[in-house]
Amino acid sequence: MSLYESRRRSNLTAMTLCLVATTIGILWLFLILFSLLMNGLPHLSLEVFTEMTPPPGETGGGLLNSIFGTLMMTVLGVGIGAPIGILAGTYLAEYGRYSKTTPTIRFINDILLSAPSIIIGLFIYGIVVVPMRNFSALAGALALAVIVIPVVVRTTEDMLLLVPNTLREAASAMGLPRSHVVWHVAYRAARTGILTGVLLGVARIAGETAPLLFTAFSNNFWSASLMKPIASLPTTINSFINTPDANMKQLAWTGALIVTLAVLGLNIVARILGGTKKQS
Amino acid sequence: MLDAIPSLDHAGRMSAARSKILARMALGDRSFHLVTRLCAYGVFILLAGIVISLIMGAWPAIKTFGLEFLVTRRWAPQLDEPILGALAPIYGTLLTSFIAMLIAVPFGLGVAIFLTELCPIPLRRPIRVAVELLAGIPSIIYGMWGFFVLGPFLAQYVEPGIVWAVQDIPVLNIIFGAEMISNISLFNASLVLAIMILPFITAIAVDVFSTVPPVLKESAYGIGCTTWEVVTNVVIPFTRVGLVGGVMLALGRALGETMAVTFIIGNSFKIDGSIFSPGTTISAAIASEFAESADLHRSALMYLGLLLFILTFFVLAAARLMLMRLEKRAGA
Repeated sequence: MSLYESRRRSNLTAMTLCLVATTIGILWLFLILFSLLMNGLPHLSLEVFTEMTPPPGETGGGLLNSIFGTLMMTVLGVGIGAPIGILAGTYLAEYGRYSKTTPTIRFINDILLSAPSIIIGLFIYGIVVVPMRNFSALAGALALAVIVIPVVVRTTEDMLLLVPNTLREAASAMGLPRSHVVWHVAYRAARTGILTGVLLGVARIAGETAPLLFTAFSNNFWSASLMKPIASLPTTINSFINTPDANMKQLAWTGALIVTLAVLGLNIVARILGGTKKQS
Repeated sequence: MLDAIPSLDHAGRMSAARSKILARMALGDRSFHLVTRLCAYGVFILLAGIVISLIMGAWPAIKTFGLEFLVTRRWAPQLDEPILGALAPIYGTLLTSFIAMLIAVPFGLGVAIFLTELCPIPLRRPIRVAVELLAGIPSIIYGMWGFFVLGPFLAQYVEPGIVWAVQDIPVLNIIFGAEMISNISLFNASLVLAIMILPFITAIAVDVFSTVPPVLKESAYGIGCTTWEVVTNVVIPFTRVGLVGGVMLALGRALGETMAVTFIIGNSFKIDGSIFSPGTTISAAIASEFAESADLHRSALMYLGLLLFILTFFVLAAARLMLMRLEKRAGA
């Protein structure tokens, strides 16, 4: 009886600890959201979206130029990265499915997927910023594109592999060339999955800071030029939060709230789109 | 009726048009194939580009310091002849990641066990999503939160107690000792890292746990095992390779994490054995010094970046190989 008792007790202890671990795990999410709301919400107003970043010592001001910079670089980054990623994923799943290089490409892609983003920043600094001799929005967008590519390659391949082969065979049997099979059958069947991958890519880069520090740098003024440094929400937060200026600090918290809500929103939308399909 | 029968001439024109369309399709087909292939090989180019550009950027520092860079403790970029060594950032990187893993692995596995074995099915998805959303929060937010919220809390309520409790115990009073407790320390950085990698460990653990054939678990339950016994004797041994792979994947993340750590670690290049004192990591050093650096200093930061890339590359490669082994077995 005592053996059974002790087994029961250790089971109960272990399972309680698992429950506690889960509670604490979820608690972090709410603690972080709570402090963001506490610090960011009071200052959230229309001006944040319509006015420029203020210089130190002034009141008011907003984050317009950084929000614009983030939007511009994210759109550009996804615009460059997503097509390349989708095409590469198509090769891995369709044309090169049985090729000998495919496992190697997949392997390297998986490593790039988790590579430190600051390294990507250094890479783009070396190949874009140094030859161009200045920081630029273009360099920032390229750095973000490099981060998006592996995410999209991975999800595109996974989603195309889920498309039943019988669909492709049926299309081929009617005499459709391979590219038409891919475009009109495989892509159509995997459309939501691929879109989910792109959205996850957007969510991944929208809050990235490290690769922008020495590619897009930062800018306190309005700029829509590709060739000039540009502000972005994360880099503005990074510089404003460390100033003694109370107004700028407030704006940093508000910016943090906006970024987090946007990124979490994207994640949730991607998950809803992805439905019950497995996401990595 | 006769009109409907195409003349020979007409048929000839038809087949000409037909072969023209077919030729165009074949061309489109070949070029699409080629484009996708180029994009896929772009992944190689990306990897090669990263390595080459890092080596090129780091070359002056590699020439000046050589491999001694790895064991030099001093970091003095302001000197006329700068002495730069990577030992402190390497130490900080390894130490923070190690502590983060110590905290996050048991927690992550606990959450995964809860989700796969205990949790009522309707709650599984919401809880899993909530934990995974942690992975979506940008790292700079973790940095701010760690610096302004978690750090002060630890410095005020937790760390003084620990320092006081171990002050007379040898060794421990060095590890947990501190001249001054602030919200900047290696330990705080590790804790924030742990929170950040928790979702990765949980997600992979849940995935690999689900590869265990239900029959195995059912037979264990059938002979009267408790849930904990099923987990330790069936689930974990069966998924060992995948778990190690997942843990190493999370380690790869922790090693390269930048913004969160930069905020909290203090960027101080010293090694004093205490986890409550400030330190630095490779990525934090790059992030905080790169913009103001020049010449050899900048090159040394590139050298640090190269080291970080090599380190994470091997960790991630090992992780992927292990996960692939598990996949192969699950497929067989």
